[in-house]
Amino acid sequence: MPQASILLIPLLPLIGFLVPALGGKTIFKKQTGWFATFLLAVSTALACSTAWNYFFSYGKENGIYQKHFPFHTTWLQLTDTLSIDMGILLDPISALMIVVVCIVSLMVHLYSLGYMKHEERYAMYFAYLGLFTFSMLGLVLSSNLFQIYMFWELVGVSSYLLIGFYFERPKAVAAAKKAFIVTRFADLGFLIGILALSYQAESLDFVTLLERLTQPNSTYLTQATTSSFLGISSITWGCLLLFMGGAGKSALFPLHIWLPDAMEGPTPVSALIHAATMVVAGVFLIARMFPLYALGAPEVLDIVAYTGAFTALFAALIACTQTDIKRVLAYSTMSQIGFMIFALGVSGYGGTAGLGYSASLFHLFTHALFKAMLFLGAGSIIHFVHSNELKDMGGLRKSLPVTHLTFLIGCLALSGIPPFSGFFSKEGILLAAYQQKPFFYGIGLFTSLLTAFYMFRLYFSVFWNKPQQNTDRIAGDGGLTITLPLLILAAGTCVSGFIPFGQLVSSDGIPFSSSLHLGFAVLPVLLAIAGISLAFLFYQKDNLRAAYWSEKLKGFYKTTYHKFYIDECYMYVTQKIFFNLIGKSAAWIDRNIVDGLLSKTGSGTQVLAEKIKSFQSGKLQSYTTWYLIGIIVLIGLFTFFIH
Amino acid sequence: MNLLSLLLLPLLTAVVLLPLKKEVVIKGIALTGSAFQLFLTLFLYSTYRSERNNGNLQQFLFQEQYNWFPSFGISFHTGVDGISIAMLLLTSFVALAGILVSWNIQKMTKEFYLLLLLLSAGAYGFFISLNLIVLFFFLEIAVIPKYLLIIIWGSGKNVYSANKLAILLIGASALIFVGLTGLYFSLPPAVRSFDLITLSQLQIPSELQRWTFPLLFTGFGIFSALFPFHTWVPDGHSSAPTAGSMFLAGISMKLGGYGCLRIATYLLPDGAKEYANIILILATIAILYGAFATMLQEDLKYINAYSSISHCGFVLLGIGMLTKAAMSGAVMQMVSHGLMTALFFAVIGMIYERTHTRMVSEMGGLMKVTPFITTTFILAGLCSLGLPGLSGFVAEMKIFSGSWQNTGWMHRTLTILSCASIVITAVYILRAIGQTVMGPLKDASYRSFKDASWNEKTAALLLISGILAIGIAPYWLQELIEPGVEVMRLKMGIN
Repeated sequence: MPQASILLIPLLPLIGFLVPALGGKTIFKKQTGWFATFLLAVSTALACSTAWNYFFSYGKENGIYQKHFPFHTTWLQLTDTLSIDMGILLDPISALMIVVVCIVSLMVHLYSLGYMKHEERYAMYFAYLGLFTFSMLGLVLSSNLFQIYMFWELVGVSSYLLIGFYFERPKAVAAAKKAFIVTRFADLGFLIGILALSYQAESLDFVTLLERLTQPNSTYLTQATTSSFLGISSITWGCLLLFMGGAGKSALFPLHIWLPDAMEGPTPVSALIHAATMVVAGVFLIARMFPLYALGAPEVLDIVAYTGAFTALFAALIACTQTDIKRVLAYSTMSQIGFMIFALGVSGYGGTAGLGYSASLFHLFTHALFKAMLFLGAGSIIHFVHSNELKDMGGLRKSLPVTHLTFLIGCLALSGIPPFSGFFSKEGILLAAYQQKPFFYGIGLFTSLLTAFYMFRLYFSVFWNKPQQNTDRIAGDGGLTITLPLLILAAGTCVSGFIPFGQLVSSDGIPFSSSLHLGFAVLPVLLAIAGISLAFLFYQKDNLRAAYWSEKLKGFYKTTYHKFYIDECYMYVTQKIFFNLIGKSAAWIDRNIVDGLLSKTGSGTQVLAEKIKSFQSGKLQSYTTWYLIGIIVLIGLFTFFIH
Repeated sequence: MNLLSLLLLPLLTAVVLLPLKKEVVIKGIALTGSAFQLFLTLFLYSTYRSERNNGNLQQFLFQEQYNWFPSFGISFHTGVDGISIAMLLLTSFVALAGILVSWNIQKMTKEFYLLLLLLSAGAYGFFISLNLIVLFFFLEIAVIPKYLLIIIWGSGKNVYSANKLAILLIGASALIFVGLTGLYFSLPPAVRSFDLITLSQLQIPSELQRWTFPLLFTGFGIFSALFPFHTWVPDGHSSAPTAGSMFLAGISMKLGGYGCLRIATYLLPDGAKEYANIILILATIAILYGAFATMLQEDLKYINAYSSISHCGFVLLGIGMLTKAAMSGAVMQMVSHGLMTALFFAVIGMIYERTHTRMVSEMGGLMKVTPFITTTFILAGLCSLGLPGLSGFVAEMKIFSGSWQNTGWMHRTLTILSCASIVITAVYILRAIGQTVMGPLKDASYRSFKDASWNEKTAALLLISGILAIGIAPYWLQELIEPGVEVMRLKMGIN
């Protein structure tokens, strides 16, 4: 049975935040990093053993994975029926997620020990990492819809603090602000979705809420499907708005604009938050509420699928033209999250129809490992050449041998080449799409081709392309704290594909076996090889082919290079409409119209006062006259009222 | 315990100050007095808790009654319930913090502290009164010192602002007075009373409620920045000295919210139901319009003042929604906003003392030189934008979930619109943070800035501890205020 010690998994990183933040930086000085890393190592060990025990010892009852609640307390009673509870919900997806979050965070902690050691605000950096890890673990372990929203916000603020870590750079400040505001806008949808769904289900607890809104014949469900707002039923609204929240955090089109800018943060942070953990929160949210989507609002699930597929394709196209190594990886992350989302969108509920669900979470798991590794590798590269631009790189094979090897493994895995992990998880997604909705299969295939192309464009431009750089700077990989995380993640990428994932995570908790169809796997692999070959032709040697083709496809190339001008559209709306039109006019109206009217009333009183003043003229005759008139009026009034 | 001690302590402290000359002694005594006051309210809270735990079910505890003008039904009747205790706690936190941050006041120190003590005495008296005329008397006591504070120690267009504030607030008082006396004289002579408890047990005819409710609600609402009578807020706050702004936004605006709830809504429930829609619309306008107007403000004090209009809109929204959750959310929002806005003004004062400007575009990079002050600034900002773990989140979520209990399309639309303010709030808060504390260091002279001194640190930590106590463990506040709200709702006859 699960123990309350699970509570320690999120709480240890919280200590790692509080101690340095409350002045511990004077206690631990330069050891703050080791202190935080140690705490997280304990958390990771606990998380792994919890997950192991859950999956292989007590999790299953009668062959079905059960939900466990090792901890539960009421935090705030909102209304008579609704309360925000703080609890832990242990089921296959939360067990999976704590492992992902802890491992990636531990690797990033280790890596940062070396990578960030010359930073002035070294202690604060680890404090923020601790805050983030705590919030992310709290998010995935939540047992209550409002609890997840709270941690969702905390994750957002730690992301804000970390993107803006280099606060002297105006670009970093702007990026942090943008990330927070765009996700906040999405969270508005999330919040209203929570209000709508919980009102219908009269509960915020995940299990109760899902049960009440998915049981056919339940009064709650009938109520939720018949009550409508603007002609759409409450349950559809709720699901749609929840997805809006998820789309913001997971950088799905059209709420993706913050993610590329978020690359202004320190590179290990990009690996942790903006590649492996926080950005998949949207996937996790849909997976958590999946029965509701699959059984209660299938039409929303279609929207989910279309959004995911479009994002996958759209981001892959942009990734092909970007010249900043971190931005290429950022768009690649967006594209892969698109894959996970549309896998959920095409999935059914229960049995093998739920293949998309399993494959989506499997891809989340494998992607977290190799994308974190790619980002950490990019960090080493950037550190070595002191630039983010591809044109400043090239021929780094010998200078960064460990980085080279692990980066190559990452690229192969992302392109879907066997036997690396990405191959298996992507295969599952494509198979699910093929079985359920072939249209998405087509998009998936084409995106796979693009994926292989842009990843190897990156690989060749960084490590080949130019002749070897001067050899007195060889072995720039850095110390053990830098190479060890890369190697561990690479090892994970090599073996994690062989996990029989359907046995562990499935839409209804009943394990199923999904065998690999070799014949089916041929086409995607061939396409990936085609993409790699194309990249080889263009970028392996410094040649003019790429320049030639970009000239040929000038219009399209420029549009993609400028990210389809989405940022410009947003800029127009926010600057011109919100700031200038509404903000400025609200301020102006307040000063000139509302206040002006009040001042008019004020001067009106003055005029009146002037008039009244003339009564007190000091002339005895006029006083007497007024006195008489007054007496007459009073007498008149009295007689009138007495009768 | 005797509630009068709450009122007498600040007055006594003020009397002791009168003959003194030495500045340090004056400050020391004012500080000690306010610190004692804080202990006293904390003691009151714990006694209240134990009384309740012992099963004392009376609506108001620690009642005392002294006759004043028996012929008009005016007696000095005091008593508290959970809501008043929450407000008393808020007052004592803000008052102590205000005294601490004014440590370096240059001009007429004694008079300054006297006025602050008088102001807080007014607020304590207001929150413990159960007689409407006495309560009104204390409301007035809380207006006049503010006028003087702004006129004498203020900056900028302080004369204009002080006049505006005084005229609007005295106008508001006039409305309240007409409402109260109208209520009194329109009742049959046998049952005429100014006593809150007596009045609450009467069946006041709906006809009478129809015209007295708007008078009382508007009157108290003006204190709480009711749209469109909120224009005293930005000018008043920005011209006042730091402690003045803290008292004004942290305490005085809460007098209004408390009056709206305790007097207008509780005594005249039919009126509240009748006018609820208008209240909701005005509150939503205040929430959104205040937030939008904040977006492009340049002056930090204007930013906080306009955002106060928006946040106080939530108080009125919660009251107008008439559900238990929304109304207790409104009380929570009063406490939360009081602490948060006082913290905000305190930290703005600290920044101003160093940079000698309050314009966001003239600052930058303060994080590098004054880490404590900037962390406090960021915390206040995060509380304002409703970050979980800080008090603003609890209050807002309580109001939102309570609002959602009303199913009509208008209630839904207004709830969604006011929810939207969480985005606009994020925009203006992050803009202010980004421009003042982040970015490159604006001026090389900033390097000589000293971080917060002991008094500034104590003041900030005091308010932050309050914010965290609500944000992390909201149930104690919830337990404190919900029974009081329950009584009001029972009287309304809706569940």
